[in-house]
Amino acid sequence: MSTPSPLHAVHEALGASFTDFAGWSMPLRYGSELAEHKAVRTASGLFDLSHMGEIELTGPEAAQALDFALVGKLSAVKPGKARYTMICDAEGGVLDDLVVYRLAADKYMVVANASNAVTVAAALRERADGFAVEVNDRSADLALIAVQGPTSTAIIGSVTGADLDALAYYASVPAAIAGIDILLARTGYTGEDGFEVYVDGADAPRVWEVLTEAGQEHGLLPAGLACRDTLRLEAGMPLYGNELSASFTPFDAGLGRVVKFDKPGGFVGKEALERRRDADVEAKVLVGLVGSGKRAPRHGYAVLDGDGAQVGTVTSGALSPTLGHPIAMAYVPVAVSEPGTALTVDIRGTSAPVEVVKLPFYQRQA
Amino acid sequence: MSNPENLGYTTDHEWVDLADPASATVGVTKYAADALGDVVYVQLPEVGATLTTGEACGEIESTKSVSDLFAPADGVVVEINEAVVDTPELVNTDPFGDGWLFRVRVDGDPELLDAAAYAEHTKED
Repeated sequence: MSTPSPLHAVHEALGASFTDFAGWSMPLRYGSELAEHKAVRTASGLFDLSHMGEIELTGPEAAQALDFALVGKLSAVKPGKARYTMICDAEGGVLDDLVVYRLAADKYMVVANASNAVTVAAALRERADGFAVEVNDRSADLALIAVQGPTSTAIIGSVTGADLDALAYYASVPAAIAGIDILLARTGYTGEDGFEVYVDGADAPRVWEVLTEAGQEHGLLPAGLACRDTLRLEAGMPLYGNELSASFTPFDAGLGRVVKFDKPGGFVGKEALERRRDADVEAKVLVGLVGSGKRAPRHGYAVLDGDGAQVGTVTSGALSPTLGHPIAMAYVPVAVSEPGTALTVDIRGTSAPVEVVKLPFYQRQA
Repeated sequence: MSNPENLGYTTDHEWVDLADPASATVGVTKYAADALGDVVYVQLPEVGATLTTGEACGEIESTKSVSDLFAPADGVVVEINEAVVDTPELVNTDPFGDGWLFRVRVDGDPELLDAAAYAEHTKED
């Protein structure tokens, strides 16, 4: 039995198709996922992301506990700001990628992928042992609603009293919608400007309703997980389970910058990550690939060099709804990772030419 | 959802219009189209290709997934729907009509489900 979102009845009324995702039953699409994708690029999309995990750490040593538990330097994050970071195992393997909000000097909220929420909560509890901090897994009672797209500022501005000019990307502020207390964050996973609203599950249907009404004149469409995946792929953002896993370090994924060695005290995975940083390894790196035609390289397909020898594997791929051509991410050796390098992908027995490109595939106009 | 009564169906969610066995029309059902999501690419067998029931004869690709098309009958392909190759979303917008895929000169008497049996099959899915 998968867990329904607090917004399940709302999605049913909207005629959503559901998918089981990490033990949750979540909306895959409401109508056409291409229309939902386009709405996020040109107007806005309204997402239910209540399957994400939220774990709060509260106490005088919350910052020190997170500096030890995660690869980032969370003590350096100012209250009201957020940081993209990762939690690694002792071997430096990525257990999850996270967004961590510092809500106050002594309070943080760690947002984990649904598929890893239980692992992350357990690891944080274990690693917080000995620090003056309380770990509280709020995943079951917090809902998360995202408004993403170029009209999101107008929509969120009309329903909250928040000063959005003062709310920078990767920042959060307590706010209210229809008298309901929320945490409003300027974050997202679509490559567009956007907001995420954390709210008690019981209040989520009312917040969704208010956002829907406010969004009517701004082209807001309810949007499902299907388009969320193509949106994040166009934006070159990694997905845990595809681009990230415990068998890769942050350096392998081209995200070594999130590892901060200059923090007081050690952290889980430090020694292994130092070795990886300093090693002269012929590691594979994550690159973007673009093709022509309509057939997309997909997760697991082999990437071949000019001689037809396999050099890598596709981690994610799709026919880009915005660009109209196939796009994919893949791990390949450094030697063939330069933009402009010609490779091929074995698409179910047919060799399709692709070219290495710099990520992201799509970037919004500033 | 209503599956037209005049068509035969396969458990692979294809439909066949056998009104003219020399040129039987084949497509995928609305159930399949809804499950696939937005269809972005259709690869059809070539005109003149010989089909064997149950064997893969093409592909239908949506944003999220790729599915094989299976031959619903023995026969030879006599026509393909060029419109659906150029405009794959016809599979979503009109799966039983303009979204048809190809036509086959059917050999023998294919075993197909009627609309009621197919509706029962999709209930079990």
